Amino acid sequence: MSAPDANGGSGRALSPSAPNDRGRPSAPKPKIGVFKFASCDGCQLSLLDAEDELLAITGAVDIAYFPEATRAVMKGPYDIGLVEGSITTRHDANRIQQIRRQCRTLVTIGACATAGGIQALRNWKDVDEFVRAVYATPQYISTLDLSTPIEQHVRVDFELRGCPINKHQLVELIAATLAGRKPNVPAYSVCLECKRRGNVCITVAKGVPCLGPVTHAGCGALCPSFDRGCYGCFGPMETPNTTALIARFRALGQPDDQTSRAFRGFNAWAWPFRKASDDAERT
Amino acid sequence: MTRRQSRTIKVDTLARVEGEGALFIRMRGEQVTDVKLRIYEPPRLFEAFLRGRHYDEAPDITARICGICPIAYQMSAVHAIERALGLEIHPANRLLRRLFYCGEWIESHALHVYMLHAPDFLGYQDAIAMARDHRAVVEQGLRLKKIGNRIVTLMGGREIHPVSAAVGGFYKTPTKRQLRELVDDLQWALDASLATVRFAAGLEFPDFDQDYTFVALSHPDEYPFNEGRLVSSRGLDIGASEYEDHFAEKHVEHSNALHSTMKGGASYLVGPMARFNLNFDRLPPVAQEAAREAKLAVPCRNPFRSIVIRGVELVFACAEALRAIAEYEPPPEARVERPRRAGVGHAITEAPRGILYHRYEIDADGLIVSAKIVPPTSQNQKRIEEDLRAFAPTVVNASLEEATWRCEQAIRNYDPCISCATHFLKLEIERT
Repeated sequence: MSAPDANGGSGRALSPSAPNDRGRPSAPKPKIGVFKFASCDGCQLSLLDAEDELLAITGAVDIAYFPEATRAVMKGPYDIGLVEGSITTRHDANRIQQIRRQCRTLVTIGACATAGGIQALRNWKDVDEFVRAVYATPQYISTLDLSTPIEQHVRVDFELRGCPINKHQLVELIAATLAGRKPNVPAYSVCLECKRRGNVCITVAKGVPCLGPVTHAGCGALCPSFDRGCYGCFGPMETPNTTALIARFRALGQPDDQTSRAFRGFNAWAWPFRKASDDAERT
Repeated sequence: MTRRQSRTIKVDTLARVEGEGALFIRMRGEQVTDVKLRIYEPPRLFEAFLRGRHYDEAPDITARICGICPIAYQMSAVHAIERALGLEIHPANRLLRRLFYCGEWIESHALHVYMLHAPDFLGYQDAIAMARDHRAVVEQGLRLKKIGNRIVTLMGGREIHPVSAAVGGFYKTPTKRQLRELVDDLQWALDASLATVRFAAGLEFPDFDQDYTFVALSHPDEYPFNEGRLVSSRGLDIGASEYEDHFAEKHVEHSNALHSTMKGGASYLVGPMARFNLNFDRLPPVAQEAAREAKLAVPCRNPFRSIVIRGVELVFACAEALRAIAEYEPPPEARVERPRRAGVGHAITEAPRGILYHRYEIDADGLIVSAKIVPPTSQNQKRIEEDLRAFAPTVVNASLEEATWRCEQAIRNYDPCISCATHFLKLEIERT
């Protein structure tokens, strides 16, 4: 394979079907906005990490608002709003209301937007003490006591799980929304993905505590495939049996404070994990 | 607008940077009276909630500071904790960590060169618009980026927040055969990186040489990733544990990110330009040759040329990845035993954007007592403001729109990662 010469400029013509060819306005394309709150930028980066699909996506939709990728800004309303990050300031609590009004379909992408993120660990503590621990002049810092998910503030049409989200699920979500169908994003546990990969169960075979049985699928059972227990970055599956899992961890000899910490991770504020972490801490 | 009038350059949302920031410059005639790079990214308070967590969790938790350079956080975390525990990792794992870092540099530099920075030089709002006229260029950048991500995914399961990095080594190490599958791609990537240097060298650069203090890791026989002394272009030469004796953080009102300075208040520059200037002779011959062909001076003092240097570092990262794969023999065990002991450990590694400092204090149960993290963008923040102070007068005759764009470009020279810069550290209090 030979490397193309980057100086060659535009070697290939645009496909004739590509709309919005320069100087030739055509029917408006659906508009996507990407909005960021408290987060690491990783979930929106997933869109740029879809290297094979990116140019096809931008042929089918207008990236109308996406500061990480473009200076250009198109005014709302937007057909799809992708929201990354959790609400941690008063200003952001107001901003999400405005964004909701601008978006026909609003989708949260990732654990911060869907569950409050790792920064929700403050929710168990005194946030003023946290700020004092980090900043020399705490009075410059304005932050809320809680880090909360988007759905605690506005109606959310769909939630993509994960810390980070799976980029293939993101592409599927955009395609499905444009086609007016429900995205094909399975809601079962990581255990099923592990079985499908043919992994030997690390809890059964090696006694390694694993959150797979209570965690939403989507990663493809990555951690067990790397010889470690799932750490729950896709958050709780539907109706997870955390009580049984806590008992199982205890039988494996894992101290309860460690079990509590395991649930208090990237989806700590999601109700089933929050309750499980408190249960394990209390006992 | 005439040159005598006062005017204000204001950008409420900086684009093509990672995270949320704003720019404010006030000028009277050619005189800059105020410059503020305001980081309003909400604080996430990592150092506070790391307390009480087990050290094994630190690489996964700190990775979430930044989705663009999670491996940098994982590497600084594991090395600092290993020092606290007095651990030596197996040489094979040392080599694997270099390979892992190559993947992140390739992915991050390709993203910045092609998607975030090149559009400024060629006059496009973004890479998508640029692709309409320069599709082959953008496709080359995307493929290069994908190959960096492929290394990370093979070694860590996914490109963002990979899961394999562990204190003491890795949770699981790849086989030789798995790594060999990367070779064809990397050979293409090496050629594409050389083409990247030629492409970047052909762009137009303003004359803007500045007097910088460059700070980077330096290792006797390799271009730095995870190991080395911290050196500067003004004679600093220290170990990671001495970092806090020589650098200080200051909390300024307009930013949620702390400004780092040398003790005494002077700014400094970290990142590709600092690494290149301080370690040029440790680049492999293919990268040195590419730099010479691109007419890069050593030292290079023009930050707009950092796009060319990122190209040279892409060449290095591809060549280094190929070397690592060729030399790799799997370690006898993925991870060495961790002793039970309390301790304090420091580490500095070279994130794509520059040095990333971590310090952890750990108790005998393995729980973190205190943590300190200093990311590259907070270290560059003061220097970025100084660049803008010097640069804004050079665009005084341009339209406000053009001047604003050029100032944004001057910020993007640093590939700033604002998500990283906001969260911050336990400080020795400095009130003004």
